[in-house]
This record gives sequence, C-alpha cells and structure tokens, in this order.
Amino acid sequence: MKVAVDEEKCCGAGQCVLLAPEVFDQRDEDGVVILLDEQPSENLHGPVREAADACPAAAIEVSEGA
Amino acid sequence: MSEPSSVLVVGASAAGLATVESLRRGGYRGTVTVVGEEEHAPYDRPPLSKQVLSGNWESDRSRLRTESALVETGAEFVLADPAVRLDPADRTVHTASGRTLRAEAVVLATGLRPKRLPGRDAAGVHVLRTLDDSLRLRAELSRARNVVVVGDGVLGSEIAATARDMESDVTLVGPQAAPMADQLGPRVAGMLGELHAERGVRLRSRAGVEALQADHGRVTGVRLETGETLPADAVVVAIGAAPATDWLADSGLRLDDGVVCDSRCRAAAGVYAVGDVARWHHEGLDQSMRLENRTNATEQARAVAANLLGADRPYAPVPHFWTDQFDAKIQVHGVPHPESEVTVVEGDPAERRFVARYARRGAPVAVLGWNRPKQVRARRQEVVETFSVPALEPS
Repeated sequence: MKVAVDEEKCCGAGQCVLLAPEVFDQRDEDGVVILLDEQPSENLHGPVREAADACPAAAIEVSEGA
Repeated sequence: MSEPSSVLVVGASAAGLATVESLRRGGYRGTVTVVGEEEHAPYDRPPLSKQVLSGNWESDRSRLRTESALVETGAEFVLADPAVRLDPADRTVHTASGRTLRAEAVVLATGLRPKRLPGRDAAGVHVLRTLDDSLRLRAELSRARNVVVVGDGVLGSEIAATARDMESDVTLVGPQAAPMADQLGPRVAGMLGELHAERGVRLRSRAGVEALQADHGRVTGVRLETGETLPADAVVVAIGAAPATDWLADSGLRLDDGVVCDSRCRAAAGVYAVGDVARWHHEGLDQSMRLENRTNATEQARAVAANLLGADRPYAPVPHFWTDQFDAKIQVHGVPHPESEVTVVEGDPAERRFVARYARRGAPVAVLGWNRPKQVRARRQEVVETFSVPALEPS
C-alpha cells in the first residue's frame, strides 16, 4: 500500500489522526496533515483506508498493491 | 436484516459517494446504482465558497474522486437525471428522464436547496450551492465593484471573505449580532466580525433586507428595513437552505425539515437517509438532529453503510465543522450552544490563536479552535462523553 496526501486540499480536520495516529499527524501551526509513513505495514491498512474514506477534504489517496 | 442484493443511492455528492465507498469497504458486492441531479461527477462543496470561487483552484480540483476511482467502485452512476418520485413500498425511484430504478435498499442523499428571496431574481443576483453557481459567481465577482452578501451564516461569511480577498467592495448583511453568532456564540462571532471589519468588509448586523432593487432587469442595490440602500452590482443570497425533499412529498415518508429517520438513519424499511437531508435521532443527546456540514456527510454515510450491512448501530457522532475566512481557520468539535459559557483553555484570543471550551450547565458541549486545528482536535476527547450513547443498564 502507498499513501499520498494533498497538503493544499487538507482542511486540518484531523480525522485521519483520530483513525490512524501511527500514519498521520498534523503540523502544530496550521493543522495541515503530516504523512508519517508512506508505506504503512499491513496491520495499519484498515485504519489508513478508513482515514482516506473519512477525510472531509478528500486529501488522502491510497493506492493498493505494489 | 440480511444484506440487500442491490442498493440505490439518490444523490451523487459527498454523502452519496461516501455511502458507495463505505459499502464496498465493508465487503459489499451487490449492485450499486447512484442517481444524481447534476451532470458533474461527484465534487466537493466546501471549496466552492473558497478556492473555486476565488479562482485559486480550477473546478476540476474540487472533484472528489478521479474517473478511475469511480470506476473502481463498480457502481453505476446515472448523472444529470434528477429523481422525481420514490415509492418506498417497493423501493422504486422514478427519474426526470423517465427511468425507473428499483433496489432492495434505497439511500436518500439529495442534500439541500438554497433559499431565495421572494420575487424574481434580477441579473446579478446569485445563490451558491453547486459548482455551476460558484463559477457563475466567480465570473461576476471578477467584474463587480459593489458586492452585497445577504446572510451572515457560515456560507455568507465565507463568501464575503473570499470576495473581499478578490478586492471587491463587500458588505455583509444579516440578522445576527455578528457573523455566525448562532454557530459560534456571541464572543467568538464578535471576534470574527472584528476580523471582517479589519479586512475591509462592511458589516450590517441585526439588519433585515426589505427588497432588492433592479433597473432594466439588473440588480442595482439592496434596500434594508432601516431605509438604507446599499448599492450593489452583485448580490449573493446566502440565507440558508432547505432539505431537498420536494420530490418525496407524496412518498409517504415523514418529512419535517428533512427526511425523518430513527437512530439508525432509517426512514422506512429498506430506506435510509444521509447527509444534509437526513434528520435522525441522536441517541447520545436524545434529540432529533440534522447537520449541514461536510464531515457529517461522510460520517453518516459510513454509519448507514454499516447498518445496511447489518450492524444495527445508532449514529451518535460528535459533530464537527470548520470554516476558513481570511487567515482564520476555525474548527469546532461538538455543538456550541449560543448561550454556553466560553472559557479559553489554550492560547490567546488577542493573538488569534486559541482553543475555547463551551459548557452548558456544567457539561462541556464543544471545543473550538481558532488557528489551532491540531490542538483542538486533541481536545475533542473532552466532549465525547456528552455525545455518547449511554451504556445499557444491566438488567
């Protein structure tokens, strides 16, 4: 699995951090997403997909496989 | 209830699309059809009053998913064909073009329609709900000198800020004491009003609009109840919106400022509602609720998809919304009742970086961050209990 985030689309809601804190964080100053792990291990795939689904700005893209 | 063999989603915006994706995420392999009123592929609405309106984003950037991601859902998208009638008994939807679509479960996600001022709209009078609305308004703002925004809720306030950033001369008119006072309470709304004023937006608070004035079919001004007339070559009417339920009038479903649902977001056997159009029973608060915000569109869709797949869980979210105006990013978790006691718990309002806690009768009801998105998210936990469904007493 490969994860990409679009910082410009990010609205700073932090839903991703609530769902997958191992993979996502937010910048202190403006709340924009920080991607901690571009290729999270398999046990995190579920929460990462959930985070991508839940993102209210559609700023997280997950590509499967590879 | 066992899994339905087919699901029909009426509405192809954020809530409708999230329903489809959550169903697939939950392992659902049945037939999924989405019927939408607009010709556009699903797009996101929050940027319509900000990045798309300002022209910072091309409209494509507001698309929620790429074409290939939509194909991957395996759902059939029937676009530019509004639903006109629902028969809940056999879960059949009729569309404007004459299609008849039937499924074992139907999800209503038709969203809102903006309210308009009475009378015929002159040229230069706008509402903002759709992508096309945003592009039309963008074109107008690029040449308008005097813009009047009627309505001081979240949408009107955002439009005023964006128009001002585009260097229009902007007046924001509304009934409240300050912009978004109903959503933010008087103290924080007052700060928002100060920010607007500082950036050059003229505020006409506690003001009623008597009429729009026009000449040769083109708007020229807004007359207030005080007798003052504000000159305008563009007027944006942002006085709220109503759930798009007109097409359900003879469906037999209960409609009361939205499609009335139980705590599972179920309106009738096999019929659910999600997003702006859904009024459901929030078990944690023990009250009927309808939310018009982006985060709810996705969260409620996830809950409905789970219930369609047999979860039978109440939907009891901690509501969340955000607004970006000028350099202020405001995030709210919970529901800040206007009469709440507000305490600053972090940062400094004078520096426009702070977190505030709202409490009512001693119970925390919301946390609000002003240019503190990360810090307020970390404090969301403080209001979770207020919204949680009480555990069943052992019997």
